[in-house]
Amino acid sequence: MTATDVRPPRAAGPGRRRRPAPAGRREILLLMLPALVPVLVFSVGPLLYGVFLAFTDAEAGFNHETELNGLANFGQLLTDDDFWSSFRIGMIWAVSVTVLQFVASLGLALLLNQNLRFRGLARVLSVVPWAMPPVVIGLMWRLVYHPNAGILNATLQDVGLIGQNIDWLNDFSIALPAIIVVGVWTGMPQTTVVLLAGLQSVPKELHEAAQMDGAGVWRRFWSVTLPQLRPVIVAITSLDFVWNINQFGLVYVLTQGGPGGQTRLPMLFAYEEAFRYGFFGYAAMLGVAFAIVVLAVLGIYLWRQMREAS
Amino acid sequence: MRALGRAGQYVALVAYVVFLGFPLVWLFSTALKTPREMGNLNPSWVPADPTLANFAAAFGEQDLVGSAVRSLVVALATSVITVVISLPAAYAMARHRSALNRAATGWVLVSQVFPFILIIIPLFMVLRALDLVSTLTGLVLVHVTFVLPFALWMLQGYVRAVPRELEEAASVDGAGRLRALASVVAPLLAPGVVATLLFAFISSWNEFLFALVVLKDPDVATLPLTLVKFTGPEGVSRLGPLAAASLLATIPSLVFFAIIQRRLRSGLMAGAVKG
Repeated sequence: MTATDVRPPRAAGPGRRRRPAPAGRREILLLMLPALVPVLVFSVGPLLYGVFLAFTDAEAGFNHETELNGLANFGQLLTDDDFWSSFRIGMIWAVSVTVLQFVASLGLALLLNQNLRFRGLARVLSVVPWAMPPVVIGLMWRLVYHPNAGILNATLQDVGLIGQNIDWLNDFSIALPAIIVVGVWTGMPQTTVVLLAGLQSVPKELHEAAQMDGAGVWRRFWSVTLPQLRPVIVAITSLDFVWNINQFGLVYVLTQGGPGGQTRLPMLFAYEEAFRYGFFGYAAMLGVAFAIVVLAVLGIYLWRQMREAS
Repeated sequence: MRALGRAGQYVALVAYVVFLGFPLVWLFSTALKTPREMGNLNPSWVPADPTLANFAAAFGEQDLVGSAVRSLVVALATSVITVVISLPAAYAMARHRSALNRAATGWVLVSQVFPFILIIIPLFMVLRALDLVSTLTGLVLVHVTFVLPFALWMLQGYVRAVPRELEEAASVDGAGRLRALASVVAPLLAPGVVATLLFAFISSWNEFLFALVVLKDPDVATLPLTLVKFTGPEGVSRLGPLAAASLLATIPSLVFFAIIQRRLRSGLMAGAVKG
């Protein structure tokens, strides 16, 4: 960085090759300023302030004097049954969506990597959910799950699997699995595309060599493909987990957290605490707690993966 | 054994196509059904009496049209502002290594991990202090901030793809730095700028959560907010227009993805350095 601080003399003699003058720090800063200011003012700053709020009793009301209250919010969190139930639901949701998404996408990616007919159709279909607004995805699945006018009940009745219409999104025990299916559907494109790209970069020679040594299809998959794919798998499942635990819009549209809080993911819980009941400080503490949980889970996962890899 | 494997693969592929495709087919089918058929207790895949009346009904809804216009305004403002302020920064990042590069990349990652609630509460307080709650200006501000890191990262990739040598060659030919930028770099950068504009537009057009928090007043709701509120107590009769409106709301994203796919492919080919 030191070299760029010294501006070389501009406009040397005619005909001499001029490189575009290396800009000084001032110029770089000037160019970056318009982008830097909004990010600092409207996201870095608020994030830090949000962490600070977690240790206060901040509320939405205007005439509320905000005071520091240390770890009081955290203590309240630990004894809040609603929080623990939301925490449990969030973990079930994030882990099962991430795992199912990964398994389903790996299967699809393996198929798309084969020379099959109609592969083109499957390829197009596999990215469509990506191109849809989350709100529309939620509404579309509400149409599918609709108790009377939905196609799922009609089809299952025709096949004889169910005797009467099920209210998928309002049934205490079915709502969570039902939204997990939507979560998997929604997140498959990114995962599939990434895994497919990974599969295509596995050297063919490795497979051929394994085949020469007499390894069957499964053996080759376990001993050649998977190990080669490992870094890609670790990266995409980590990202998926983070995205899933922070999911909000999709589930808000599908169930608003109902019935009876059975699908109230942590972020829905935090949203309600903050913007329905006005407990800013408490909701911020929820955010801090979840940031810690996410970082811890990711940390353990990445650490284990790295240890196994070496 | 091999043939069996093949057959199994096809069965699996068909299962995937069904799983991925059936909700979409149902959305289309619902959009084409008459209100009377929607009331039918035994819904069928194929509309008995296909009609485009639902699309007309969607356009007839005052709320929907108004909120679509507001979404359009917000998305246009967001995309233009984002590109205008991130282009200089992207240029600086691509052409000069600095600590800011790493900071920017780091921030993109950090902003993925942190729960939105930590940012949205203080942000809401800031907007409230600026008297921007329930205004489109407030929402544009928020959208720009959140699209910016990724737009920056996209744009600096495009700038990097323009060979520095071209800029230098223009200088050799006697063009000033600004002219070199305007006449050599800008045209080559245009496709990347368009892609970034589209990305920002779509992000803003589809965005739900911030709109939900910032736009408290239903009179200024954007399209996603209005769509969610669309199904009222009237029940199934409004599902047809809802499906139609949902399809219409998806068009911008679909166009974006269609364009991007082509660009991705040509971008890959351009990556092989041309002499």
